[in-house]
Amino acid sequence: MDFKLSDEQRMLEETVGRLVRDGYPFDVREKARTSELGYSTEMWQQFAELGLLGVPFSEDFGGFNGGGPELMVVAEGFGRGLVLEPYLATVVLSGTLINSLGSDSQKEELISAIVGGEVRLALAAYEPEGRYDHTHVATSAEKSGDGYVINGSKAVVLHGDSADKLVVIARTAGSTNDRNGLSAFVVDASADGVSRRGYETIDGLHAAEITFNKAPAELLGEEGNATDALEKSLALGIVALCAEATGAMEVACDQTLDYIKERQQFGVAIGKFQALQHRMVEMRMELEKARSMTILAACSLELSAPVRAKRLAAAKALIGKSGRKVAEEAIQLHGGMGMMEETALSHYAKRIVMIDHQLGDLGYHMQQLENLLDVDEDAA
Amino acid sequence: MDINYTPEELAFRDEVRAFLDQKLPKEIASKVKKNQHLGKEDTIRWQKILNEKGWMALHWPKEHGGTGWSPIQKHIFEEECAEYGAPTVLPFGVNMVAPVIIKFGTEEQKKTYLPSILNSDVWWCQGYSEPGAGSDLAGLKTKAVREGDHYVVNGQKTWTTLGQHADWIFCLVRTDPNAKKQEGISFLLIDMQTPGITVRPLITLDGEHEVNEVFFDDVKVPVENLVGEENKGWTCAKYLLTFERTGIAGVGQSKAALKHLKEVAGKVQQNGKPLIEDPLFRNRLADVEMELMALEMTNLRTVAAAQAGGVPGAESSFLKIMGTELRQEITDLFRRAAGPYAQPFLPETFEADYDGEMVGPDFANSVSTKYFNMRKLSIFGGSNEIQKNIIAKMILGL
Repeated sequence: MDFKLSDEQRMLEETVGRLVRDGYPFDVREKARTSELGYSTEMWQQFAELGLLGVPFSEDFGGFNGGGPELMVVAEGFGRGLVLEPYLATVVLSGTLINSLGSDSQKEELISAIVGGEVRLALAAYEPEGRYDHTHVATSAEKSGDGYVINGSKAVVLHGDSADKLVVIARTAGSTNDRNGLSAFVVDASADGVSRRGYETIDGLHAAEITFNKAPAELLGEEGNATDALEKSLALGIVALCAEATGAMEVACDQTLDYIKERQQFGVAIGKFQALQHRMVEMRMELEKARSMTILAACSLELSAPVRAKRLAAAKALIGKSGRKVAEEAIQLHGGMGMMEETALSHYAKRIVMIDHQLGDLGYHMQQLENLLDVDEDAA
Repeated sequence: MDINYTPEELAFRDEVRAFLDQKLPKEIASKVKKNQHLGKEDTIRWQKILNEKGWMALHWPKEHGGTGWSPIQKHIFEEECAEYGAPTVLPFGVNMVAPVIIKFGTEEQKKTYLPSILNSDVWWCQGYSEPGAGSDLAGLKTKAVREGDHYVVNGQKTWTTLGQHADWIFCLVRTDPNAKKQEGISFLLIDMQTPGITVRPLITLDGEHEVNEVFFDDVKVPVENLVGEENKGWTCAKYLLTFERTGIAGVGQSKAALKHLKEVAGKVQQNGKPLIEDPLFRNRLADVEMELMALEMTNLRTVAAAQAGGVPGAESSFLKIMGTELRQEITDLFRRAAGPYAQPFLPETFEADYDGEMVGPDFANSVSTKYFNMRKLSIFGGSNEIQKNIIAKMILGL
């Protein structure tokens, strides 16, 4: 048992840490956030140059061949800086799915382009009626000539507004809630038959409602075989989100601690009041738990499916619970300043809370955990 | 980064398991698992078995008969003991007074006291709290006045756990009434047979006699029973409080309890279905499971940091708060699992030789006493609020 990072992991941590410290001060982030795109393409090129876009991919594509812990290190650093760029959408969700399902030539083309920063992707999986259930897929695909056409709607597609290509989950067999019969496709976002309504999300990211009307699509790998691979990519996404939340919670705790040491009322720093001290301690306790569960999730990706599923559900649920507490308490301890758009903390709080609305919230993952209650942890 | 045990650590765990399989008396483990009363003789019997194996003193240096184990080994051992239903080793001798004697005592004191602690021949209790000194321990008033080669001790200690069985008590006493609070305190070892000592039982809300009041009325204590320097007792007390506490999170106990709770909830019927299928109950079980996973990982991170040479200080305060709240939550769920049968109070059923009929399901007889008894967890050993004060000061710098 050893919780220390390897030399390679530490180098990755330092790379991301430096990037966020130097390239991501709050005012720079604000400028990128309020731009039309919502993030910076120059920053995206820097990610490519530093090799960050290749973290989960094999060396054949210029990648780093990283697993859960490597992704954790990157995402935690991004969380500290509230990074806006579509890393989760492009690399973690879409990229790893292409990597699992795509043919050699598809991988050669698309993964290399991702690693090089030449293409940005979004995963169009969830649907308006399906909430957090990735197997609820009414969107259908049928053969047409050499390829396929897709019909249906996808909901709150993270960075779907600016993506060059969409990885779309569509049904090639079965009925709406069947686990089987799902296939993954690559769709050119500017193709005829794709209409996108893009918007900003409350935490400063972008997303889109996307409708496909006979949109031309290219199948990834084989038909009807996407569910297991999709779940693997979503698991990676959960690790990334847990780590991002942990990084953001750490900063929220640090900023709050600084604030209550400085802010004077009744002639003393408010951090002298025991009522506030204990709340601050509880925030830190939630942060420690979040960090622990993120490590557990990141180190469990290679385990048997039920144990992996159980640990990921527990991790994401805990992040939802602890994150809410940290975000709310951080605002409360900042008083009126916590309510201000100009206060960086408010942006951290918003991101932490919205992470609970991505890839399954507290309620959803508690339900998963309840279903997996009999899975023996020690059998891992 | 690897959260799994190494092959060596797994081999050690197998060794511990083999030992527990062979040497832990089944009737004692059964009492622990059924929440039946453990007698003094049960505890001593188990501790002597541990000592025969050389596994009694986890935290002592090897030269004094300790295990010399690493933090990870200690963690594995404590977790397995909980899983197997081994009685908790009484901490007062081996884990409390002994480390203080090893650190601050004379060679003579080490020779006199350590062997009998190791072999559980002498039962120790702790004389810290007083009616007016709980969380504010340094406010203690029991005084010891030097008269020739003796101290004369007068005052009262309280919450003395299992003091009714004790042969010796280690006490914090005030030796300089004029010094600042923490500076006039000394650490004294007192034979409970000394004339002038009276032990009175305190019955707790669960009907148990676990704690006592101890009165000192002109009790003569030889000066050689002073540990460390006179008026430097607070240093000993602080050392004891920050002493390695790998087991403070109680992960093993919580795991064993949760496992038992799931079994019980799978049997109890509600609306014709097992209680474990009730959405509300299952949700709370899942919440406990999730929190326990977080606690276990946090505990392992602390253990691993200690393994790497770090000294767990205020971090153990986090573990104390998280661990005790979780154990209390589990006792609450047991109480709810019993339903109306949480009400009957039948202390005679806690004895292993009780052969009468039970009222309600077998597990139900102890759920409420256990629930109320376990309220102590967030009060003793530095209340959870005091732990928060410690974290605020030591970690957050507030």
